Formats: sequence, structure tokens, C-alpha cells
Amino acid sequence: MMHELPLLSLAIWLPIIAGIAVLLTGGDRDARVARVIALIGAVMGFVVTLPLYAGFDIHQRDFQFVEIKTWIETFGVYYHLGIDGISLLLILLNSLTTVIVVIAGWTVIQTRVAQYMAAFLVLSGLMNGVFAAQDALLFYVFFEATLIPMFIIIGVWGGPNRVYAALKFFLYTLMGSLLTLVALIYLYNAAGGSFAMRDLYQLALPFDLQVLVFMAFFVAFAVKVPMWPVHTWLPDAHVEAPTGGSVVLAAIMLKLGAYGFLRLSLPIVPDASIYLAPMMIGLSLIAVIYIGLVALVQSDMKKLIAYSSISHMGFVTMGIFLFNTQGVEGAIIQMISHGFVSGGLFLCVGVLYDQMHSRQISDYGGVAKRMPVFAALFMLFAMANSGLPGTSGFVGEFLVIMGATQVNFWFAFSAAITLIFGAAYTLWMYKRVVFGDVVNPQVDALVDVNAREFLALGLFAILVLVMGLWPQPFANLIHTSVSELLAHVSYSKLPLPAQ
Amino acid sequence: MEYITPLWPAYPELFLLVMAGLILILDLFISDDHRVFTYALTQFTLLGCAALTFLTSNAEPIYTFNGMFVDDLMADVLKLLTCVVVIAVLAYSRAYVSARGMFRGEFFTLTLFATLGMMVMISANHLLTLYMGLELLSLCLYAMVALQRDSLQSTEAAMKYFVLGALASGMLLYGMSMIYGATGSLEITEIAQRAADGDYLSAVMVFGLVFVVAGLGFKLGAVPFHMWVPDIYQGAPTAVTLLIGSAPKFAAFAIVMRLLAQALGDDILVDQWRQMLLIMAVLSMAIGNLTAIMQTNLKRMLAYSAISHMGFMLLGVLSGTTEGYGSSMFYVVVYVLMSLGAFGVILLLSRDGFEAENLDDYKGLNQRNPWYAFLMLLVMFSMAGVPPMVGFYAKLLVLQSVVEIGLWWLAVIAVIFSLVGAFYYLRIVKLMYFDEPQTQVVLKPTFEVRALLSVNGLAMLILGIAPQPLMVFCIEAVRASI
Repeated sequence: MMHELPLLSLAIWLPIIAGIAVLLTGGDRDARVARVIALIGAVMGFVVTLPLYAGFDIHQRDFQFVEIKTWIETFGVYYHLGIDGISLLLILLNSLTTVIVVIAGWTVIQTRVAQYMAAFLVLSGLMNGVFAAQDALLFYVFFEATLIPMFIIIGVWGGPNRVYAALKFFLYTLMGSLLTLVALIYLYNAAGGSFAMRDLYQLALPFDLQVLVFMAFFVAFAVKVPMWPVHTWLPDAHVEAPTGGSVVLAAIMLKLGAYGFLRLSLPIVPDASIYLAPMMIGLSLIAVIYIGLVALVQSDMKKLIAYSSISHMGFVTMGIFLFNTQGVEGAIIQMISHGFVSGGLFLCVGVLYDQMHSRQISDYGGVAKRMPVFAALFMLFAMANSGLPGTSGFVGEFLVIMGATQVNFWFAFSAAITLIFGAAYTLWMYKRVVFGDVVNPQVDALVDVNAREFLALGLFAILVLVMGLWPQPFANLIHTSVSELLAHVSYSKLPLPAQ
Repeated sequence: MEYITPLWPAYPELFLLVMAGLILILDLFISDDHRVFTYALTQFTLLGCAALTFLTSNAEPIYTFNGMFVDDLMADVLKLLTCVVVIAVLAYSRAYVSARGMFRGEFFTLTLFATLGMMVMISANHLLTLYMGLELLSLCLYAMVALQRDSLQSTEAAMKYFVLGALASGMLLYGMSMIYGATGSLEITEIAQRAADGDYLSAVMVFGLVFVVAGLGFKLGAVPFHMWVPDIYQGAPTAVTLLIGSAPKFAAFAIVMRLLAQALGDDILVDQWRQMLLIMAVLSMAIGNLTAIMQTNLKRMLAYSAISHMGFMLLGVLSGTTEGYGSSMFYVVVYVLMSLGAFGVILLLSRDGFEAENLDDYKGLNQRNPWYAFLMLLVMFSMAGVPPMVGFYAKLLVLQSVVEIGLWWLAVIAVIFSLVGAFYYLRIVKLMYFDEPQTQVVLKPTFEVRALLSVNGLAMLILGIAPQPLMVFCIEAVRASI
């Protein structure tokens, strides 16, 4: 292949440099300049990821676009980047979402614009770093560093209870990842002084140590996903975060956790992963069913979507721990789809909130009469969230349920039931907000989406439809990577039992 | 031993001594209006001292003054850093001390003599040299804490510092005398030789070891010998707190290395002091971090943070490996940089008759001046150990050194307490970024402070993105010396 440009480095550093450039524009006097630079940076950040897609060889089992440079020589750490199909999809999703977030925050954010835009750009670069890192320490550094911009985003531009939400978000996720750090250091020593993921994959650990390492990873990634019962930070963070923050949080940040399971837990400690799979599936099912029920009774739209996110991420973790092709592919498709759908839903709530300054479902009713275009788009996302065939939400959940039937009928049965819950809470909310008569005079004064909002929502809407109607290209991208991953898991690292 | 003692390894100290004496006399003839001359001369002296240290550095240890003084790579690196840090301390403090009537000759000569004390400690190869350096440093610092004679708080702090410091020195001295009794030598290389040969009285040695560790614990400010730290940090004028909280940590680290790693670094003895350090480290991390949460005074909070950082630093020492010592040195260097930055911001925010030491004084700093808020944010995240700041790598290295010797549970304890610590560092960020400012006073620092603080703050990020050079420096320095 002919790739002179270090495309992955560009995907990471271009947004970060753009973020610094935006910061340098200074205060709010030049807000317009800051916005324009931010948009240029975000678009460029997305454009540099396109050659990744174009040049990606879907049949190659190895990581592609590899870049290796010595980073910390004394410690044997490398600046080692490379992607497979799974990373590629997430990087594309991330870079695109950043563009949408910049557009969505264009006029909504009026205070400290430069800092707002810069935080999102830097965050985008860091998350691309997580998806591209092939060195466990590099992965960890990017993984942790994402906390800083998100903390600022929630805390500065968030709602009334933002300080509590920001601190809870930061400390909760930091707690998880610190134990992972100890596990990584342990693995580093066990691997004879290497953080390279391919070395860690080769590491044959005894069973009890595998379980310990798995648990350490579990704490970090389960908090990030979030899985029940460590999900409580998410509703708070979502409700308080500004719209852009919620979109990035739901669309990409939650995926860091699921990605961590795929990239670290499964290949490094396969035996423990298989041994503990029933626990993981159990927790996922609780998330899917119980959190689905919790979502049903929410009176705050953002909180409802937040709980719905947890419930949908339950499908992702369940799919991963089924260890069959449909399950894992379904999980990954679900991750991407959830990015579009929840991103779209949060944008919809943002559009309403900007005009009404309320997220309470009871304050609305009859929105369709005043905002027909908006109602149509909102409808699409609501349907996708319910898992309607023809939308992206259907594909992932369907694959996961298919995968589950191969493992245990009751897993599949329980998961399938929740499609009903999903439809119930989403459509009920939709009905109460959009249909009915206009009773609130504020609703009467609503104006339909403007071009900017339409663009942001429309991009997500197209993706939801494309992925729902024609999921093949997405599946093709990840197929080889998933089979490679499953090959890692199926091979036990334990010594054969002595006869 | 050579009969004609080469003087050149001690040129930096000699230069510093001569210049300090000169400044002491010259200053008598300088009026208050021209005091800036003393300041410039002091900075020049420190620069010259740093240059001399650099010029006289050498990879192989060189012993001089009949083996009482050693010039090895670790000493060179630490002395160089000490000079640079003291230069930064004086630059940060200038506006603060002149606003409070402390911009006088004493401030500078005491600082120089304290620096001399640190350098002697760093280069000591003899228990008496070590003690002499320590006392020189301590006496200067006692006086400096009390420099604001009319301040009740400062006087009380100085009194406390003196009494507890003297007690600690006494313990250390007692321990040293025991070690002398056990091995029959005061020279560190000689003691190490006897320890390696097993040629010592075991019971007396262990007895002495306990006292030495206690004395070192005092000087480092590790729990349970930490009582003085919060009171002194809070009570001393901020400029002096900055001095106490920065460069002397290098010297304290150096004497820990000289006494524990070099003199008593034999495997049998390492097992003895490891247990004591282990308890001290865990307690320091626990009490330092937990108590810091309750503080409303930033200086006091940073004092407890210093205690917890010393606990972290001890993790590397107690591993007993060369890599572990190197990681501790890296930790100390990083910590001093962070501490310098944090106190630099406090000094920046303090004005005539106003001490910016309450947490509420930091509210809305981002709206008053985004750049300094950003620098403080870098320092705080670095202290919390969040990547990509350099503080993360410092923690990573010491954790690696304890995991390497199989104490992974200790690493788990350490990260749990660093999570607790993250809370109060985050609170500062929260105050600066999420809250509304209480005052609109415009900050007008001089150019040198602006430049220095920017370099200091950005160093957190730059060293975090490229930690390799500093890491190599520390690890190689320790490897070449121990």
C-alpha cells in the first residue's frame, strides 16, 4: 500500500492542533472566528479519516496504517498506532460526530465559545487516539486524557447541577481506570517489560491471575459503558451536560468502554472472559430489562434517553460476551448505530430545550403542529431507538439476539422482550411531546428547525437510514477483524491439564 | 586517599559560600531603593553556581575532603535542579516580598545559605557533612519562616518548626551515632562496605536504623512525622512556603539516598527499613489525601498534598532497586515542579495586604484570566496524576517499581488514595472554571513571572508528552551513583 502520510497521527493531532488554534483566538469578542476555525478543524479532522476508509483492506487480518515510533525508551513504550475494522468505524463515527457537534453548538453557545469548541476538538483527537493505540500505555493515556475536556464541558456549559455531575463523572471513571493501570503495570512486568498489545496478547497467564486482571479491566470498562450497577453517573452527566456534551458522551465516549472490552479484556485474558461471560451477560440483561423499565417512568427527556442509552449498551456488552460472530458483529453495529440514534435524539432534545428551556415531558405536547420538519426527524430517531426494521437500530439488536439464540434461548428471549420496552418508553415519550393538542403557550411559540439544526439532524438521519437499509458495507468492514478477535478468544492460554 | 585534596568538585559550593558572604556585606551599603541590585546579584550567584555545577559534573563519583564530600552524577543533577528551582522561587517571590517589606538583604542571604546547606547535603559522603548541611539548611529556614516579625502566625510557625526540627535533627544524630557504633565509621562508602561484609553489630545497627528513618521521616514530612508540615506551610509567608516546599525536597531525597540506599543498602538492611517505609508510605498517602479534602486554605491543602506525595515517593525508595530509586528521583523532580507552579499561582494572585490562600479566592479565575487558570489546571491535573500530564508518569514509575518486586497490593492501595486525592485537585479546577469570580481585580504580573509561570505550567504538559529525557536523566543519574 502507498501511504506516505501518517494518516492516523493526523486523525489524532489535527483536531488537537485545531483546538489549540481555536483557544488562541481568545475571548468572546472573536467568537465568530473561533467558530469558523473550529468548523474548519472539525471538517479537516473528518476529511483525513476518509483516506483511511478508502485505503482500508477489509481482507487483511493484521492492523493497518501502522505507525511505530519509540516514545519512552527507558520504559519500553512505543507510539504505536494501527487500526482494524472496528477501530476504523469508531474513528469515522467520532470524527463525523465532532463536525455535527460544532455545527450544533454554533449559536447555542454564547459564553466562552473558543474554550467550548477547543474542548470538543481536543476530545475528538484524544478519542481517535484511544481507537488507534496499539500500545496499552498509549491507550491508557488517551483513555484517561479524555476525562479532562469532558469534565470541563459538563462543568462549564452544563445545567444547574453541573458541578455535582462533572465531579461524579470524573471520579467515577477515574476510579475504574486506576485499577486498570495497576493491571497494566502487572502485565507489563509479566510480558518482560512491554506494553505492546500484541505482546500482551501472547501472554499466558494462569487462570486466577486472568480473573484478577479481567476484574481490573472490568471495573474501568464497565463504568465507562456503563453497565448496571455502575451506571449511576451517566444519567447525571447526560442531564447536566450541554447538548454537544451529551451527544459526544452517548455517541462515542460510552463506546470507549465497549472498545476496551474488545481490545484488551477478550484477547489478553480469554479464559477469564469465557469463564465470567455468564456474569457479563447477566449484568447486560439486567441493564437491558431493568434500565428499560426505569426509562419508562422518567419525566425528563434527557434522563429518559440516558437510561435508554444504558439499556442499548446492554445489548453491546451482551453481544460481545456471546463469543460468536453474530453476537460480536451485532454488538459493534449496535455501537455505531447507537452513536447515530442517541446523538440524534440528544440533538432533538437540544433543539427543544434551546427554545423552551425545559426538558420535562409534561411541559410539551403538540410540538408537531408547530414544528413539522422537526417532528419528522424526531420520529425517525425515535423509531430507530425502538429498533424498527429499516433503521440502524434494528440491525444490531437483531444480530445480537440471533447470536444469543445460539448460546441460550432464554438470553435471546429476555433480550427480545425488551424491544417492546424500548418501543414503549421511546414512543410514549414521543407521543406525549410531539402529538396531542398545544396546551402550553410556550409550545405555541416554537419555531421549526433552522438550516443549521436541520443539517446536524439530517446527517444523523441519513446515516440511520443508510445503516438500516444497507448494513452490508459496515458489516464487511468489521467481518475480518471480528473473526480475528474471536480466534484470539477461542484459543485458551491455560496449560493443558496434566494427565 | 589523596593527600592533596582536589578542590574543584566543590567549586559550586565554594563559589556560593564566597558570594553569599559577599552579598551579606555588600547589602549593608545598599539603600532600600537599590535593593534590586542585591536581588540581581543573588540570581547571578545562583546562575553561576548552576553553571559551575554543570561544568564540574562527571560521570564517575569523585571523592574529596578525605572522603567527606562526593561529586557524582546524582549530586550534579540534583544540585543543578536545586539552583534552577531557587532561581524560580526568587523570581516568583519578588513582587510578594517587596509588597510585604521583606525585600531585604536577610531574605537573600538566608536563601543563599539555605541553598548552600542543600548542596552540602546532596554531596555528603560522611554523616557529619550530611548533618552539617542539614543544620545549615534548617537554621536558615527557621529564620525565614519568622521573617515577618510582627505576624503572630509566622512567629508561631517558626517556633513550631524550630522545636520539631530540632527534635528531628536530634533523632537523626542519635541514629547516626548508633550506626557509627555498629560499624565503626562515619563515612558512607565505608559503612556500605562494612554492611556488605556483615561486619557490624546487628542489634545496634537496627536500633540506629529506626532513629535514622524517623529523622528522615521528619525531614520528608511523612506520616507519622508530618505534624509540622501543615502549620509551617500555612504560617510561613507564601514566598518562604514556596522555598520550603520545593528545593529542600531534593536535598531530603538526596540524604534518603545517601543514608538508606548507599550506606544501608545491603539486602538484609533493606528488608529492615523497607517495612518502616512501607508503613510510612501507606499512612502518608492515606492521611495526606484524606485530610487535604477537609481544608479550606489552599496552602494547608498543598501541605497535606505534599505529605501524600512524599508517601508516593517513598514507594520507589522502598522497592530497594536502582530503578525504584530512579523513579523516586523522577517523582521528586516532578513534584517540585508542580509545587513550584501551584505556589507560583498563589503568589501571583496575592496582592498588597491580600493573601490569596483561601480556596474561594480562586473562584472564576478562568473568567478573570484564562491563561493562568489554564496553567493552574495543568498543575492540578498533574498533581492528581491524570495523563497526559507529567504527574501521571511519576506515579506510573513508582507504581511499576513496587509491582516489580511483587507488592501489587501496595500499588492498589496507592491508586485508591490517589483517587481520593483527585477530588481535591479537581475542586480547585472546579472553583476556577465552574464558579463565578468574586473579584475583578486585574492581575498584572511582571514579564519574568509571566514567562516563568508559563514555562512552569506548560512543562507539565510538555514533559508529559515527552517524558523520556527527564526520566533518563533521573534513572541514569541514580544508576551511575548508587
